[in-house]
Amino acid sequence: MPAIIRVEELTRKFGPITAVDRISFQVEEGTIFGFLGPNGAGKTTTINILCTLLNPTSGRAFVNGFDCRSESRMVRSSIGIVFQDSTLDKDLTAYENLAFHAYIYGVKKPEVKPRVEEALRFMGLFDRKDDLVKRFSGGMKRRLEVARGLIHRPRVLFLDEPTLGLDPQSRSHLWEMVVRLPREHGVTVFMTTHYMEEAEVCDSLAIIDGGRIIASGSPEELKRSMGGDVIFLKTTDNAAARLKLEAALGVAPEEEAGELFFSAPRAEEQVPAAIRALSDMVLSLRLQKPTLNDVFLRLTGKQIRPEDVHGADSVKEELRAYRRRH
Amino acid sequence: MTDLNAIYVIVMREMKKFLRERSRLISSIARPLIWLFLVGAGLSRLVSPRAGMPYTQFIFPGILGMTILFSSIFSSISIIWDKEFGFLKEILVAPVRRSSIVIGKALSGTIVSTIQAAIVLMVFPVIGVKLSAAQIGLTIIVSLLVAFSISCFGIVIATFYESYESFSVIMNFIIMPMFFLSGAMYPVKLLPPALRAAARLNPLTYGVDALKNTVFTSAAKAGPMSPDFSFSADLAFIILSSAAFVALASGFFERKQ
Repeated sequence: MPAIIRVEELTRKFGPITAVDRISFQVEEGTIFGFLGPNGAGKTTTINILCTLLNPTSGRAFVNGFDCRSESRMVRSSIGIVFQDSTLDKDLTAYENLAFHAYIYGVKKPEVKPRVEEALRFMGLFDRKDDLVKRFSGGMKRRLEVARGLIHRPRVLFLDEPTLGLDPQSRSHLWEMVVRLPREHGVTVFMTTHYMEEAEVCDSLAIIDGGRIIASGSPEELKRSMGGDVIFLKTTDNAAARLKLEAALGVAPEEEAGELFFSAPRAEEQVPAAIRALSDMVLSLRLQKPTLNDVFLRLTGKQIRPEDVHGADSVKEELRAYRRRH
Repeated sequence: MTDLNAIYVIVMREMKKFLRERSRLISSIARPLIWLFLVGAGLSRLVSPRAGMPYTQFIFPGILGMTILFSSIFSSISIIWDKEFGFLKEILVAPVRRSSIVIGKALSGTIVSTIQAAIVLMVFPVIGVKLSAAQIGLTIIVSLLVAFSISCFGIVIATFYESYESFSVIMNFIIMPMFFLSGAMYPVKLLPPALRAAARLNPLTYGVDALKNTVFTSAAKAGPMSPDFSFSADLAFIILSSAAFVALASGFFERKQ
């Protein structure tokens, strides 16, 4: 598979702040790529460079083979974007917003109506096409923006925190549609997110923190890097059980809060072996799979949560103040 | 081709919004009429009838200029709304030239304010002005040019502001001084030297003057209330300044952070 996005040693500074620090990655065509990181990690800055709204300080970025700095117009016609904040015209109807988009992207006049209607149908908004956008809920607006991003048949669709601020139902509704995009619309999806459940459906991920990519791979690979699952046991006699497990499985269990636990690279096979070794000493057993949250926690020392915006907000504030001065 | 489409669709968007907001149309026509009939009638008592023409007639081209000034600048600085509500980003990431965006926005302001100026122009019989059909046609054409130039100027202004809170700053420090220093209410040639110099730098001065040239009869083209510049000088300035404003505004839009 060829790379539809190629980023090489990309750096962007805002005065003294380095928002993005020599990052490199590739996104394969027809996949869903997730860009994970806390607020202020450099996700939006990277998207803005890829969307040609911002020039890099150094390094290069290519989308669909075009240079984001020197061939910005070609890049722009290859991409669709859903920004973090709404960019709809609330005083126009859903249909009018999409038709505007079609015209400004050079869709031929007879094509406009069928394409707009198809996009509205796909995102489940056809019934509301003649309503003013200001009467839409947050979830509907976001779906409308995704629909709009597809009108001109882009090769890459950028979604910056597409589900931020949506209620769980709207989130899953939007999500069902996003995962169908690569197959049904032949579009590569590049998205940033806070939500680990959403990151799970990505084909590949890059974790960014402090402007640097600290890990990348498929969700499975990243979780495997944690050293497999963890088995927790409660037994009638933990001390005796520990010796038996050491002897039978060659593991070194530790004890915490009355529970023995050890990490197990092949947990599915090791559970029966553990039970056999301990015969009837086992009171309870549970198996914990590592989550992306664990991966993130280990790599950055931070939990990733959308509510965790305090520290990051100050970085955003600094950036904003910097932009205002320049 | 994409760029013509872009200009077309930007203009259509503004027209739709303009037609949906009736109150905006009504208030933007009421303002010049209030000035014409209340301020004009009040001040006409102070102006000697021997000055050349009744004061209400003298300010009539200036009132047309005011209509164009307010609605062109308001239309252009809707870009600040678009910035604040995010829609500008949708336009900026589209694969079109920045100059097409500027021209589309400027044409929207031009059409909207020319329509309003044409409506205000139609009160001419009420204040005793006599206009031939040719004069009416020429006045509307001049209004188009002036409106384009002022709309472009408004876009240049809009590129400097990020939020709509700056609206009152623009109103008090740009629109009002531009109006008073345009020769709309008093002839530029009667101003003190410092203000006269400022009036000569004001793009609206030449627009108002061009309108005086088309509205006043030849008999009124002498004396203290006559136009300050020749019609051709006015037109040259309007056209050159429009080109400069388009270039400036496109440049400011192109600049990435």
